[in-house]
Amino acid sequence: MFLASHQIHSAGSMRARDVTGKRSLFVVCLTLLLAPLLGGCDWVVMQPSGDIAVQQRDLIVISTILMLLIIVPVMALTLFFAWKYRSSNKDADYAPDWDHSARLEIIIWSAPLAIIIALGTITWISTHKLDPYRPLDRLDASRPIPAGTKPLTVEVVALDWKWLFIYPDYGIATINELAAPIDVPINFKITSSSMMNSFYIPALAGQMYAMTGMETKLHAVINKEGVYKGFSANYSGAGFSHMYFNFLGQSQDGFNAWVEKARATGANLGRPEYLEIEKPSVKEDARYFGKVDPALYTAILNMCADPAKMCMSEMMHIDMKGGAGVESHHNRERLEYDSRRAGEPPAAGHKEGETHSDKTDTPDGNVEIEKPAGHHHH
Amino acid sequence: MDLTTLIFGRLTLESFPFHEPILVATFLVVLLGGGALVGAITYYKLWGYLWREWFTSIDHKKIGIMYIVLAIVMLLRGFADALMMRLQQAMASGGGEGYLNSHHYDQIFTAHGVIMIFFVAMPLVTGLINLIVPLQIGARDVAFPFLNNFSFWMTTAGAILVMISLFVGEFAQTGWLAYPPLSGVDYSPGVGVDYYIWALQVAGVGTLLSGINLVVTIVKMRAPGMTLMKMPVFVWTALCTNILIVAIFPVLTATLALLSLDRYVGTNFFTNDLGGNPMMYVNLIWIWGHPEVYVLVLPAFGIFSEVVSTFSGKRLFGYTSMVYATLVITILSYIVWLHHFFTMGAGASVNSFFGITTMIISIPTGAKLFNWLFTMYRGRIRFEVPMLWTIGFMITFVIGGMTGVLLAVPPADFVLHNSLFLIAHFHNVIIGGVVFGMFAGIVYWFPKAFGFKLDPFWGKVSFWGWFIGFYLAFMPLYALGLMGVTRRLSQFEDTSLHWYFIVAAIGSLFILGGILAFVMQLYVSFRDREKLRDTTGDPWNGRTLEWSTSSPPPDYNFAFTPVVHELDAWWDMKSRGYKRPLSGFKPIHMPKNTGTGVILAGLSIVLAFALIWHIWWLAVVSFVATLGVSIWHTFDYNRDYYIPADTVTEAESARTKLLAGQVV
Repeated sequence: MFLASHQIHSAGSMRARDVTGKRSLFVVCLTLLLAPLLGGCDWVVMQPSGDIAVQQRDLIVISTILMLLIIVPVMALTLFFAWKYRSSNKDADYAPDWDHSARLEIIIWSAPLAIIIALGTITWISTHKLDPYRPLDRLDASRPIPAGTKPLTVEVVALDWKWLFIYPDYGIATINELAAPIDVPINFKITSSSMMNSFYIPALAGQMYAMTGMETKLHAVINKEGVYKGFSANYSGAGFSHMYFNFLGQSQDGFNAWVEKARATGANLGRPEYLEIEKPSVKEDARYFGKVDPALYTAILNMCADPAKMCMSEMMHIDMKGGAGVESHHNRERLEYDSRRAGEPPAAGHKEGETHSDKTDTPDGNVEIEKPAGHHHH
Repeated sequence: MDLTTLIFGRLTLESFPFHEPILVATFLVVLLGGGALVGAITYYKLWGYLWREWFTSIDHKKIGIMYIVLAIVMLLRGFADALMMRLQQAMASGGGEGYLNSHHYDQIFTAHGVIMIFFVAMPLVTGLINLIVPLQIGARDVAFPFLNNFSFWMTTAGAILVMISLFVGEFAQTGWLAYPPLSGVDYSPGVGVDYYIWALQVAGVGTLLSGINLVVTIVKMRAPGMTLMKMPVFVWTALCTNILIVAIFPVLTATLALLSLDRYVGTNFFTNDLGGNPMMYVNLIWIWGHPEVYVLVLPAFGIFSEVVSTFSGKRLFGYTSMVYATLVITILSYIVWLHHFFTMGAGASVNSFFGITTMIISIPTGAKLFNWLFTMYRGRIRFEVPMLWTIGFMITFVIGGMTGVLLAVPPADFVLHNSLFLIAHFHNVIIGGVVFGMFAGIVYWFPKAFGFKLDPFWGKVSFWGWFIGFYLAFMPLYALGLMGVTRRLSQFEDTSLHWYFIVAAIGSLFILGGILAFVMQLYVSFRDREKLRDTTGDPWNGRTLEWSTSSPPPDYNFAFTPVVHELDAWWDMKSRGYKRPLSGFKPIHMPKNTGTGVILAGLSIVLAFALIWHIWWLAVVSFVATLGVSIWHTFDYNRDYYIPADTVTEAESARTKLLAGQVV
């Protein structure tokens, strides 16, 4: 990429050299901005592999070109006027009291206005069309969704600091590894255990926040096989830098084999296991669970994976019925959620000796982050 | 509760970061530097002078200068943070872990953002407005001179609290806007977020009061004849900025107050549980946060307008549309906040609404750019340093504007949000807009403030350092954003990013060069001040009233209040053959210095410190003392005096001689 931009740059600066030194800098900047749009490099946002991300990329390109229509003349005129009307150039016109021209002012207000009307229209249409909550209506530009296609549902839970993926249709779950067959629409349901994170696989589709006690949605499809990066795009505390995972875009056969591999582990993900996993940890390897408690995701979403807690849905039901009045005070302790780790070190709950000893990236020893015990497989 | 806790609250010996070699070294450097400074001031017996002439001064010019000094000192701190981040990312992206653990790194990026916005950009803006606006409107001071001094010291108190957090305890590890639930007491139990809250609350008092002060000053204290549409553009932008401040800072104060209630007394405004809602915090903080961007950039636009017109030797093109553009931006800035979190899951119609309102802001902004462009057209452009900053701005800012509009398209934002592309975008507009503007303003008005120009050679070195440095540091970040690299990472998996971060780090060294050249510029100019002396009061052939008085202006600014007939009042006076009055001076009524501002701000630091560390007795004592001093101050009726006519006559005839010498 650097090489390519350098070549374009030198060609550009040769033309510009005689004008002014600043001009060549301008060319560098423009080149740096344009290079990705020319598609000459492997920048994932510019070369995605999922139809939604492709449309988002196209939108970036179209919007940029639209704006360059006005940006480039402004930059060029700035440099040209600066050069032409330099004080040493006594041949240039000088009109010290000229400060108004109705015609010019109409142009300088309406030129940006015209661009924004165009861009605003594109924005309105594309925002609705690419609304992450809207189910897909095509696999890619040339292929509609075949009749009878069953979308893949994945429930995504952002944990401190790893990702849990539950496949309700297959009864499996994974940590830090996501897979999907190509050309099958994926419906993501996204929530979080404590922090606000953002679920983002650049090759697949734009990001969506993961928030505790709330569910966001994202619809996408992957069109090419490959291993892609996914991560949290919203800072969520000490282990944030390590909060990434692999997203495997697979053939249907490959995906089936992957599901079988997860099933073969036989590991069970019920509420007690979840409560262990949910504790803060970093650099978790990919893990598979062959069995998942089907009610787990709903419990996580309602902040009641711990059976001692009251589910939000229940609380809302009580409130809907008019609330419990003074009686509700008894529920308070069952509704406390954020303080659930108070008084215990993050990895507490493990017996001594059972605890994995490879402490990783402890943020300054203030918080001791340890891998939860009981998953020594690589 | 044991006795130690009763006396010291949460403060223990472990609160001091002895185990952090970087911090210990920094502390030693600060100790040596600070010791040398204190020693020098003591040796030259300057304490009395500083106290009488500066710290207690209610003169808007001196307060303006003190704001700018505060900003430059804090710029050094904020920029040191930036260098550390660039170094960490350059190291870690090459494999390995770098030299900072996440606890330290996360504090650094939080502190960098907080310091640069609240304690560099804001004091620069308020400082320049303070210094120049009263002069431009032909006033002798601001409407509430004591309040002005108090505001300055409250801002400084906030900055001091952030600095204290470096060596006592820790700063927040939450990012500069401290989103809950991360900033809630359950997930950030330490003192970091409390430092954040109280530093901003204390400084916020100063900002809000100064905003009210400057709005009243501009509305009520303009020279006769200066109707709204004859105000210099800088005054217009200052007015809009301060109206924004008055409208939005209470929102910030309330939001942080709710967060502190969550943290201190167990309410649940922004918690995950018990009906709290972190999304509400995100909305509220951006209802403050987005207009805040315009608080910073509007005065910069005002400065560019003054500079481009002065150095093109031409009236500003499209003054009226400039004013309306400023007003439109002011109003629109309130209805765009949601574009900071399109990815939160609002519906498509909501997202499009906020995306389109955001884009609409680019129309008046574009009109402004064209106005500057056509001010240059058929001008006689002198490439003095302020003009260099302005042209650098025009080139750079349009790129930032373009990437900003791109981020306003919601589906595009979904792939660019929180990425290094976003970081590159807002540095593009804040450095390319605000910082360039403030430097243009500093160089432009320096002779007015101190009576001598700044050395142009070092000024140019500084400009090119910043200009080239900006492109080297942030163009790779645009690229990295398009490669899907997100912000606030201290560790990297992908080593192919290494070279981009290396280039960015080199860029930050260029900017360091720009900053050092600026410091050098100050030194060289002070050394050569006789050579650079401005005896005319009008070194640039200026157009507005500040250039009609001497450099530096006398305490009373204008012996007689000027009468305004035209926009560009001073240009108009010059072209009509204005003669300075040489006699008939009268005594001038002026406000008196007071130390109350320093004392109240000092007590606020103690109060904030006590609240941060849960030292409740001290909090009560300092709160009562703050109230007491405030009440006591209201009984101080000895707050004004008259500058005798003789003194005015003396000062004015000295200037007459100076001007006569100039002609010869």
